[in-house]
Amino acid sequence: MTQKQKTVRTRIIITGVLFAGLLALEHSIGVTLPGYVMLLLYLLPYGIVSYDVLGRALRNIKNGQVFDENFLMTIATFGALAIGEYAEAVAVMLFYQIGELFQSYAVGKSRESIAAMMEIVPEEAFLEEDGKLVAVDPDDVEIGQIIVVKPGDRIPLDGVVEEGESFLDTSALTGESVPRRTSEGDEVYSGCVNGSGTLRIRVTKEFDDCTVSKILEMVENATERKAKTENFITGFAKYYTPVVTVGALILALAGPLLFGGNFMAWLHRACVFLVISCPCALVISVPLGFFGGIGSASRMGVLVKGSNYIEAVAGITALVCDKTGTLTKGEFRVRSIVPSEGFTEEELLETAALAEGYSGHPIASSIREAYGSQPDLGRVEDVQETAGKGIKARIDGSIVYAGNAVWMKEMGIPLNGVEASQAGTVVFIAKDGILAGWIVIADEAKEGTASAIAAIKAAGVKKTVMLTGDAQKPAMQIASELGIDEVHAELLPGDKVAEFEKILAACAKEDARGKVAFVGDGINDAPVLGRADIGFAMGSMGSDAAIEAADVVIMDDDLGKIARSIRLARKTMAIVRENIVFALAVKALILILGALGLAGMWGAVFADVGVSVIAILNSMRALH
Amino acid sequence: MKKKFKLTDLDCANCAAKMEDAIKKIPGIRDASVSFMTQKMTVDAEDDRFDEIMKQVVETCAKIEPDCIINL
Repeated sequence: MTQKQKTVRTRIIITGVLFAGLLALEHSIGVTLPGYVMLLLYLLPYGIVSYDVLGRALRNIKNGQVFDENFLMTIATFGALAIGEYAEAVAVMLFYQIGELFQSYAVGKSRESIAAMMEIVPEEAFLEEDGKLVAVDPDDVEIGQIIVVKPGDRIPLDGVVEEGESFLDTSALTGESVPRRTSEGDEVYSGCVNGSGTLRIRVTKEFDDCTVSKILEMVENATERKAKTENFITGFAKYYTPVVTVGALILALAGPLLFGGNFMAWLHRACVFLVISCPCALVISVPLGFFGGIGSASRMGVLVKGSNYIEAVAGITALVCDKTGTLTKGEFRVRSIVPSEGFTEEELLETAALAEGYSGHPIASSIREAYGSQPDLGRVEDVQETAGKGIKARIDGSIVYAGNAVWMKEMGIPLNGVEASQAGTVVFIAKDGILAGWIVIADEAKEGTASAIAAIKAAGVKKTVMLTGDAQKPAMQIASELGIDEVHAELLPGDKVAEFEKILAACAKEDARGKVAFVGDGINDAPVLGRADIGFAMGSMGSDAAIEAADVVIMDDDLGKIARSIRLARKTMAIVRENIVFALAVKALILILGALGLAGMWGAVFADVGVSVIAILNSMRALH
Repeated sequence: MKKKFKLTDLDCANCAAKMEDAIKKIPGIRDASVSFMTQKMTVDAEDDRFDEIMKQVVETCAKIEPDCIINL
């Protein structure tokens, strides 16, 4: 509890005791004290419990803010005092203060627990100077300096291991509990906890650009991107208080004129209105629910960039996945080598390795890996690579083509129909205009992908789509293994956005309100990530580009977290909606009962505070 | 220039919304947000008049929620 909260608590206790005493005095002893004595007696606890509310009300009137809950509470309790309901006036203020105290305490608590979760920034970094370790602020460490991370400490800045070997606990960043081995030359990220070995790390980024700083900034900014529901509530709150206040005025003035009866009784009803004029339960519980959802997601290594994205994730009906690196390992391996007549396997593989010697494509590296040793690139000249098709090169004076069936066709190499019978990615090799053979390369699905897709469907996603540059046949094969509904294959890198737009349009036709999400590794699919209703980037630890482009960042590469995120988002939205409906319903009920004279101020304030408390407790469920 | 400030004793979510609205109306402010959850205020204002604008921000906030302190 803060100092301020403690003071309020003390005042509540004192008032409570005095109030109970006065009630006992009034009801148990036979003597009836004159009215003004009772008023004076009740004014004591009233003053103690409400002086700050009265003060704020006065100040707000001076500043021209009339529709303020402090002012309205003041008017309501003054009204109660005026009609002789002294006990009621004290009770209303007492409950109001209890409610406020609880709110501020509960909100503080949940804020703390989220903050503790985000306590991933180390306070200091250790630099080595003359053989001694000197502690400095991580902010002051410069790029290129060597920091020492002792066993059990958190890595303060991103860098590369210069010396040492250890296991890193990355759970704060990824939610993944299995430690990751690290040794010389490996990149390490701030926020990870060092295991049992001492590491010497060469810093590669300034503190502000480090993974940890980026994550913290993102989570803090998340509350700024407000969900529609949140904006609706803030808008509603603006009108709610004035409308209720005007309602109270009408009750007090028009009530006796239209329906007759005691003016005092109508005034009492008006005061009931004023008591519940504060929209606080709504205004607090909605963002608190979203905040809890975002905090809970970050604990499992999923960073959501704003409340609006929680709303969107909850509404995902279609999921489009990039194949390589997302669904599959992205490690292409040579499965078979098929030479044409007159060529040997070794010869074919060597020619392929030479032709692909300069290429950065994953297929090229898998061929080089199968070849084993470093090809002698001195034998290769005039290399031309056409993205998505293949390579043309001159090797030992012969023209060599290596690439897919389309490339062979363009180069005028007859394939005699062999291309149709292959499953897997096929690299055809032609030498001097003759097909020398082909190499079949296949990518493997990541472990757990099929079950992750099943979980995503179970979470309510109706359609799953795969985008890939691979040939139709191997793509279909992987898709059916994984249980994916739709495949768009043979896409060049530039086609992906256009293809995605088509999917968007098709989905919009089926279900206009459904959201279409895209999952990629964020490296070369940033435009698609941006175009999607919701862009998930996977395996993003340390990748600024992915963090920048995506709406939701999954720190490790566990596809299963998408299903978990969807479930979490749905739960958060359900909590938020429950709160809104519940709070509005209770307020409406009290307004009706109050207008009919069936609810007193006690009941009103009790219900109002109760709604806030329940809504806050409900919101905190989103955290766990 | 965009700057972030910590807030102490920001007690009511509705006041945070009111503060945000009022700050946004101050001339020279490009954008502002008051987060009740993180107890932080982000102010984006013209560079050369930043300090002057911040003074107005403090005054405005004091009017709405006098208990709340902006840690400049």
